[in-house]
Amino acid sequence: MTLIKDGYFSQTELAQLPGMPSRERLHEGPCVVIECAQQIPCDPCEAACHEGAIEIGDSIINLPKLDPSKCGGCGLCIAACPGQCLFVVDMTYSDTEGTVQFPYEFLPYPQKGDTVHGLNRGGDIVCDAEVLKVLHPKKFDHTAVITVSVPKEYAMEVRTIKIKGNHHG
Amino acid sequence: MNHVELAIIGAGPAGLSAAIEAASVGVQTIVFDENQQAGGQLFKQIHKFFGSRAHQAGARGIDIGKNLLGQVAASGAEIKLDTVVWGIFEGNKVGVVTNGRNVICKADRILLATGASENVLAFPGWTLPGVMGAGAIQTMVNVHRVLPGKRVLMIGSGNVGLIVSYQLLQAGAEVVALVEAMDRIGGYAVHASKIKRAGTPILIRHTIKEAVGNGKVEQATIVQLNDNGNVIEGTERTLDVDVICMACGLSPLAELAWLAGCRFTDVAPLGGLLPVHDDNMQTSLPGMYVAGDIAGIEEASTAIEEGRLAGIAIAESLGYLTTTDATVKKQAVNDRSEQLRDGPFGITRREAKETLIRRSLET
Amino acid sequence: MRITQHPILGKRDKQQYVKIICDGQPIEAIAGEPIAAALMAAGKTIFRYTRKKKDPRGVFCAIGQCTECMMTVDGIPNVRTCITPVQDGMNVQTQHGLGQVKANP
Ligand SMILES: Cc1cc2nc3c(=O)[nH]c(=O)nc-3n(C[C@H](O)[C@H](O)[C@H](O)COP(=O)(O)OP(=O)(O)OC[C@H]3O[C@@H](n4cnc5c(N)ncnc54)[C@H](O)[C@@H]3O)c2cc1C
Ligand code: SF4
Ligand code: SF4
Ligand code: FES
Repeated sequence: MTLIKDGYFSQTELAQLPGMPSRERLHEGPCVVIECAQQIPCDPCEAACHEGAIEIGDSIINLPKLDPSKCGGCGLCIAACPGQCLFVVDMTYSDTEGTVQFPYEFLPYPQKGDTVHGLNRGGDIVCDAEVLKVLHPKKFDHTAVITVSVPKEYAMEVRTIKIKGNHHG
Repeated sequence: MNHVELAIIGAGPAGLSAAIEAASVGVQTIVFDENQQAGGQLFKQIHKFFGSRAHQAGARGIDIGKNLLGQVAASGAEIKLDTVVWGIFEGNKVGVVTNGRNVICKADRILLATGASENVLAFPGWTLPGVMGAGAIQTMVNVHRVLPGKRVLMIGSGNVGLIVSYQLLQAGAEVVALVEAMDRIGGYAVHASKIKRAGTPILIRHTIKEAVGNGKVEQATIVQLNDNGNVIEGTERTLDVDVICMACGLSPLAELAWLAGCRFTDVAPLGGLLPVHDDNMQTSLPGMYVAGDIAGIEEASTAIEEGRLAGIAIAESLGYLTTTDATVKKQAVNDRSEQLRDGPFGITRREAKETLIRRSLET
Repeated sequence: MRITQHPILGKRDKQQYVKIICDGQPIEAIAGEPIAAALMAAGKTIFRYTRKKKDPRGVFCAIGQCTECMMTVDGIPNVRTCITPVQDGMNVQTQHGLGQVKANP
């Protein structure tokens, strides 16, 4: 499974990204996970983070580099990313569950409290997810940002949801 | 309309950007487009664009389009819609049909910004209703808000195929599969990942074998290819679909440049045969310029920069900008273009552009 | 099929509706939209049949380039329906071959 053949990352590819927080960091509190791998000319993520946690640098084709110590996991960068490849993961949500915050541009939006399918990067249903928050303020420009809780072992797997009974995520 | 300083053919991002640069410094400018709406492809692009702040990154194509139209209105350029340009003749004469009337407009400078045409893949059944180009689907879904079908087979994994698949999902259709003959996804991985995680199968080394149906598409048979690109017998699969969308690449729409007698060259990474142009976007014919997809298939953001470059160069050549002012403006545009033509995807286009410009100097 | 709600485009502004007749059937259309959009929204797929082989054809490019969507409109054959706006009371007919100009449709 590789990005350019299947459309999603192998674990090895993921681990090599400069936007990937370490396992240890993820267990300390919420943090952004930047799944941007291809040096495309793009940089809105850098300006979107007021904490200076994401750095692109002089050339806009540089991959976004994460300073995990500066990221508080606020999620404000998610809707700013045209590639929809920023996610915030919180492994400290409860003893057994973590949360995933992700961009979502489909209707209908799920409602807070709904139980939905959690889908991995390959589009497979891997677990149930509970919807905790659905944000779509005007400044997100029609990209909703949704937070779900999932069993901890799936927090680095689940990247979108599917409402039960709907045919796509 | 019998005489203008600058006639621009095509009101896409390239033509509009050129109009803004030229008209805002005083060039008397008219833009012709056969469409009923200005904006070219931009009003079909409802996704957020890449780039940097200087390229309006993060804004959706439709909003970038609205912004350009506002700037055109402020610049004083005139846009004539529903107006087809059918020929260009000696002495910089432009043949247009507007309001059912044939008019010849003489222009001191001409900019061809006609965009691209879509490549067609012929397979058994490809003329059945329901087989549509990606641009047609985008027009129907995003502009007219009509869904041509519910179950779609997408052909091609370039950015257009990936983006249109996503837009179909957003409109409520299902993309049953996306097939790609190459052994890798052609477009950006972030676009691929969006549809992949939403459940769309992306099948590389696959193609369509045939479409069948009674009066319209009802089924498509897809088949796997080996590493030489040949069909692997026995791998046929039949899918129930009501739409087949072709996203098999674009070619510069350059008939007018042919008619006018521009010198052409073949640059594969930019979409094949296209008119040569220099670093002012001027073709081999003095006074005749090109910008956007006609000058090489790229993206809306690069089309905007090329249009600006042409507009500045034209204003300079007509004496509306001093060489010093024009040089500063061109440098700013070139810096932004260079940023866009960088990285593993952009660098081949940058090299191809350099080749194109070099060839314009050969005689 | 019309897209009534859309995550990016939102709800449609209030539209004015007109009526057109397609092969004798009344069809509701949105003022200003191309004929082809109205027909497609109503589920029509075959716009014409080719002259020799009588093969069905429908919208292919939607921007006036391919001529696949040509129909007979108010008695005038070969009208590209994807770029011709609807008008109230318009009479649209599936075209067979090159179509025929009729003085009194
Ligand atoms: C289906 C499709 C999808 C695309 N998707 C994307 C995307 O998602 N993102 C992206 O960055 N790029 C995309 N592109 C690439 C796109 O072509 C460029 O982004 C950009 O629109 C090119 O700008 P342009 O001004 O050169 O051409 P266009 O935007 O195509 O504008 C050309 C204009 O010229 C007019 N015209 C042509 N010939 C004549 C004539 N003889 N007389 C009068 N008017 C004429 C046309 O009506 C049109 O309005 C897509 C292209 C296509 C075809
Ligand atoms: S989640 Fe908040 S703090 Fe972390 S990178 Fe994004 S914007 Fe910055
Ligand atoms: S905004 Fe998104 S796509 Fe663009 S560079 Fe940042 S992470 Fe990558
Ligand atoms: S669909 Fe191609 S001309 Fe109408």
